[in-house]
Amino acid sequence: METAMDLMRRIHPKHTDTALSALLSLLPQHSSDLLSQVDQPLQVSYDMECGKEFILCDYNRDADSYRSPWSNKYHPPLGDGQQPSPELRKLEVEANGVFAIYCDQYYEGGISSVYVWEDDNEGFVACFLVKKDGSRSGQGRRGYLQEGLWDAIHVIEVGAEEDGMAHYCLTSTVMLSLTTNEESASTFSLSGSIRRQMNMDLPVAEGHLCNMGRMIEEMESKLRNSLDQVYFGKTKEMICTLRPSPEVVQMRLPSS
Amino acid sequence: MSEEDSQEPESELTEEQKTEIAKWFLLNSPSGEIQYVAKDIRSVLMDENVYNMAVSEAFPLYNKTHMISLEMPNRSGAVIVTSFGELNDNEYLDPRTAQVAKVNHIKQACTDVRPATDEELPSFYIEQFRCALDSELIKYVSEAYPKGACSVYCTNGKDAEPGSNFELTVVISAARHSPQNFCNGFWRSVWNIDFKDDTQLVELSGKIQVGAHYFEEGNVQLDANHECIDTTIFQSPEDSALSIANMIRHHETEYMASLEVSYSNLPDTTFKDLRRKLPVTRTLFPWNNTLQISLNREITKELGLGK
Repeated sequence: METAMDLMRRIHPKHTDTALSALLSLLPQHSSDLLSQVDQPLQVSYDMECGKEFILCDYNRDADSYRSPWSNKYHPPLGDGQQPSPELRKLEVEANGVFAIYCDQYYEGGISSVYVWEDDNEGFVACFLVKKDGSRSGQGRRGYLQEGLWDAIHVIEVGAEEDGMAHYCLTSTVMLSLTTNEESASTFSLSGSIRRQMNMDLPVAEGHLCNMGRMIEEMESKLRNSLDQVYFGKTKEMICTLRPSPEVVQMRLPSS
Repeated sequence: MSEEDSQEPESELTEEQKTEIAKWFLLNSPSGEIQYVAKDIRSVLMDENVYNMAVSEAFPLYNKTHMISLEMPNRSGAVIVTSFGELNDNEYLDPRTAQVAKVNHIKQACTDVRPATDEELPSFYIEQFRCALDSELIKYVSEAYPKGACSVYCTNGKDAEPGSNFELTVVISAARHSPQNFCNGFWRSVWNIDFKDDTQLVELSGKIQVGAHYFEEGNVQLDANHECIDTTIFQSPEDSALSIANMIRHHETEYMASLEVSYSNLPDTTFKDLRRKLPVTRTLFPWNNTLQISLNREITKELGLGK
């Protein structure tokens, strides 16, 4: 498993799908571990009844059908598909509404879905998903990107309430790829994924949604920042050591 | 590798299928990482036969694509492993020293050298052009790339005499591997140079590939490609060499500058189309007052004030 995960962080993020199915076929005995530890690009389906798109993941899947957060129905239809309790469904409906507005403000478009379900120890788990196509032909408002994908997966485990406090454990993954081409003869493309975790104990006075939302907002900003500053920055640094700009070379030369 | 493979994990894969999968991983290793990938894939496969088959097929291809440069054992410099200098499966010509290097692909090492035969080298006429260009390039590459290697091959009309056309190919390969910092990168350029005696022109076409991989607690890769063409007049070997090297220097310097521009555009323009730093409202999202937002949104929608 460890070597499989090492392979996954070496293989180009664009090939994640192929690499994963290759590993699944080589290591069928580890398939559930692989599927839970390797994040795959998000897929989208269309809820005809509500006229809205929703995101597919393991958390809204039952057999080969996926539950839409909008109509609460399975696509393709499934007679006795799993449903959250009425109480959690209420939270889910509210979360979907608010999260859609949040996404509007940060993503200026994109598709969002939130799924909530019971967990084994009296708390619950919620999964907030965003998929944004920021390309010129998608929802990139500025039109800089020939190709631009952002997938965010936030899974947040909420512990049982105790003395007005609850424990929140958030695991977030962002996968992105972007390609710009200023001229037809050159392309510039960056892609990658990072995953981080955040734990917090918070008073539930303002409600779970409020706490979860703030954590997700903070985490997304952190992830965006470290991709931009650290990860992209490191690749730039690498290129600049391979071929330093003339000023740097000159600074080094006088001694020789 | 077909989709079915992943659908039916119960069905045992054939040796050929396993070899293909292993080769796929090896060939898709980032620059400088094939040895690590090989180690991983060996322990995933747990089948030495399949592993040996896969590495023996994948390493030569990988080494040529990545144009790795290897130190020759007799201190005569480095040979670049490329398809342009390939004489057979494990012999590669180093035109500068007129030597043939024996390469162990899997160890990524040059094990032996021998002098090249006359048939393996270009004619005296071609060699004048090749050699002059090589000298100019060495100057440029040692200035521009702290860890660069370059080579000039004759890729067409090797036995040409004055009055006929021929083609030289320039390869520049620089790589930097820093596994302890989880960072690897490469710069490779290939320049085809067509000497056209009939038109008295020299036509250049260049392909530059740049890549970097940073993988500390994540996996981020840069891929950048650039193509360009240029023309100059057919002159003496020395004058041609000088103007060709200058053109290469000019195009590569310009491209490097454009890469830096692409990077500096990222935070404020390019990245914004994926996700903004702050919401359109420029303040953090009011999670505690979501009712108000939804009302506002309804009203905005109804009044048609959207965007």
